[in-house]
Amino acid sequence: MTLKSDDVRSIAQLARLHIEEDAFEHYVDDLSSILALVEQMNQVDSAGIVPLSNPLDASQRLRADEVSESDHRDKFQAIAPDVAEGLYRVPRVIE
Amino acid sequence: MSYTVTEIRQGLAAGRFSSSEITRDYLARIAEHNPQLNCFISVTEELAMQQAQAADAALANGDTGLLTGVPLAHKDLFCTDGVRTSCGSRMLDNFIAPYDATVVERIREAGAVMLGKTNMDEFAMGSSNENSWYGNVANPWNTAHVPGGSSGGSAAAVAAGLAPAATGTDTGGSIRQPAALCGVTGIKPTYGRVSRYGMVAFASSLDQGGPLARSAADCALLLQAMAGFDPRDSTSSEIDVGDFSARLDQGIEGLRIGLPKEYFAEGLDSRLASVIETAIGELRKLGADVREVSLPMTGLSIPTYYVVAMAECSSNLSRFDGVRFGHRCADPVDLEDLYKRSRGEGFGAEVKRRILIGTYALSAGYYDAYYLKAQQLRRMIKDDFHKAFADVDLILGPTTPEVAFEIGAKTGDPVSMYLQDIYTISLNLAGLPGMSLPVGFVDGLPVGMQLIGNYFDEARLLQVAHRYQQVSDWHLQTPEAFA
Repeated sequence: MTLKSDDVRSIAQLARLHIEEDAFEHYVDDLSSILALVEQMNQVDSAGIVPLSNPLDASQRLRADEVSESDHRDKFQAIAPDVAEGLYRVPRVIE
Repeated sequence: MSYTVTEIRQGLAAGRFSSSEITRDYLARIAEHNPQLNCFISVTEELAMQQAQAADAALANGDTGLLTGVPLAHKDLFCTDGVRTSCGSRMLDNFIAPYDATVVERIREAGAVMLGKTNMDEFAMGSSNENSWYGNVANPWNTAHVPGGSSGGSAAAVAAGLAPAATGTDTGGSIRQPAALCGVTGIKPTYGRVSRYGMVAFASSLDQGGPLARSAADCALLLQAMAGFDPRDSTSSEIDVGDFSARLDQGIEGLRIGLPKEYFAEGLDSRLASVIETAIGELRKLGADVREVSLPMTGLSIPTYYVVAMAECSSNLSRFDGVRFGHRCADPVDLEDLYKRSRGEGFGAEVKRRILIGTYALSAGYYDAYYLKAQQLRRMIKDDFHKAFADVDLILGPTTPEVAFEIGAKTGDPVSMYLQDIYTISLNLAGLPGMSLPVGFVDGLPVGMQLIGNYFDEARLLQVAHRYQQVSDWHLQTPEAFA
C-alpha cells in the first residue's frame, strides 16, 4: 500500500503529532516502505486463528478495590511544565 | 580493568579492595573513556560514592547481600527516584523520575552501587543506538561501528570495562543484539519474569528487562536480584523464581539442542555462520545432542512484530502530551497546538515513524487488516516454538545476521535496520527467554550466539552458556584500547 501526503497528514492529526512541512515527503516514503514490509503478512491464511494478545495467554490479574497508593501530588507537580494552586495549567479551552 | 561481578564479590569479601575503591576506579574509567564512547547519559558520581561507603560499612558488619558493594549501571529507561530518566529522548530530557522502578529498587536492596544511566535508542526504538537524542554510542571493538541497540550504552559500557554489568530491556532484541555486537553476555527473561513497573513503556506485551554482563554466571546473579513477582506489574508472573546459579556447574550430556534451519539460511553472513558452527562443535564435544528443527514463520515474524510493537507504541506514547511532565513547546496558542508541537519537538524521527504506523494500524477500518492479523500470526509463531520444543530442550542459532555495521550505514533505510532483528524478535512475540553470548570474531568484531529456552527455563540457558564459557574465553576478551 502506498500512502499519499494527505494520508500521512491525517494520520499525524490522529496522533496529535506535528510534522514539519519539508519532512512530509520523507515520511510518505518511509511509511510506504514499512507498510510494504507489513503487507507480507497477507501471504499467510490465518482464518480462524485466535488472536494472541498476551504471550503467555494470561488474562489481567485483578486486585481488591482498595487504596494502595499514597498521595505524591507535590512530587509529581514539581516536574510538571506549568502548575498553579495544585492544578496543571494548559491554554484556555472554554472561552 | 575487566573484573566480573563474581570477581568483585570475591575481592570485596576477601578485603582485597573496598567498594569505595572499586567504585572510584570505575568512575575514573568513565571520566576517561566516556567522551569517546558516549555510553552514559548521566553519571551519578556523588550518589555512587555515598552508596559505596554505605556498602563498605555493611560489608564490615558482615553483610553478605547478593550484590553488596558491586558497582553497575542502569539503562536510562528505568525510573530512578531523584535522578533524570531520559529514555534517550528530548521529550524526557528534563524528567527527574519521582520513584524507583522495581528493578532499580531490588538491585539497590541487594546492595549494588549505581554508577549512572546508560545511553540508548530513543524510547528503546532502534537497533544501533543512533536514535538517541544524546548522540550515538561507539562500539569499543571499533569505534567507527555501532554498538547495537537499543541497550547500546549498557553493552558498550560492559565491553569497555566502564561497568562490570548493566541492566537493559528487550522488546525485539534490545538486550541480545547489542550484547552480541559488543561481545558481552546478556539475557532476556521470559515475559513476566522481571517486573515492568517503572520501566518507560514501549510495547507492553513485548517489553522485558534483564542484565548484560561479562559472563553467564554474572547474569545469573543479576537476574536473581531482578526477577520475581511484583504486584505493581499486572502482567508479572507468580511462578517461583528458583535459584538461577544452582545448576550452573552441571554438565550438558544428552541435552537436546535444536538448530532452526530458517536461522542458518540466506541472509546470514557465512563467516558468522562458520564461527557459530565451531561453537556448536564445542557443545557437541561436551555431550550435547544437536539436531535440526524448523520455525517456518521466522521470515514473517518481522512484519508481525512491527505491527504489534508500533501499535502498542502509539498507544503507550500518547501519554507524552506536554501537560503533566516532559517537554512542552513554547507559547502554545491552544491545547491542540500544545499537544502537537510538544510531541513534534520532543520525539525524534524513528519514534515519529513508529507512532504514525501504529496509529494507522489501529485506526478505524484498518484494525482487522493489521493489528488483528498480526495477533493471529503471533499465535502461529508461538505455536512454531511449541512444536519445536516437543523434540528439543533448547534452540540455538545466531543472534544477528551480521557483525556490528558502520555508524550511518543503515540510517537512511528503516526497513533494512528492522531486518537486523530477524532472529531475536520472534522470542518477544512468543514471550520466550533468550540469551546471547560471545563465541568468536569476524573482522575483529564480536559474534554472538543465541540460546532460546522454553518458558521460565532461564536456569537452563544460563547453565549451557556457563558450561560453554568454562571451555572458552571469548567472553573474557577486552578491546585493546580499553584494556
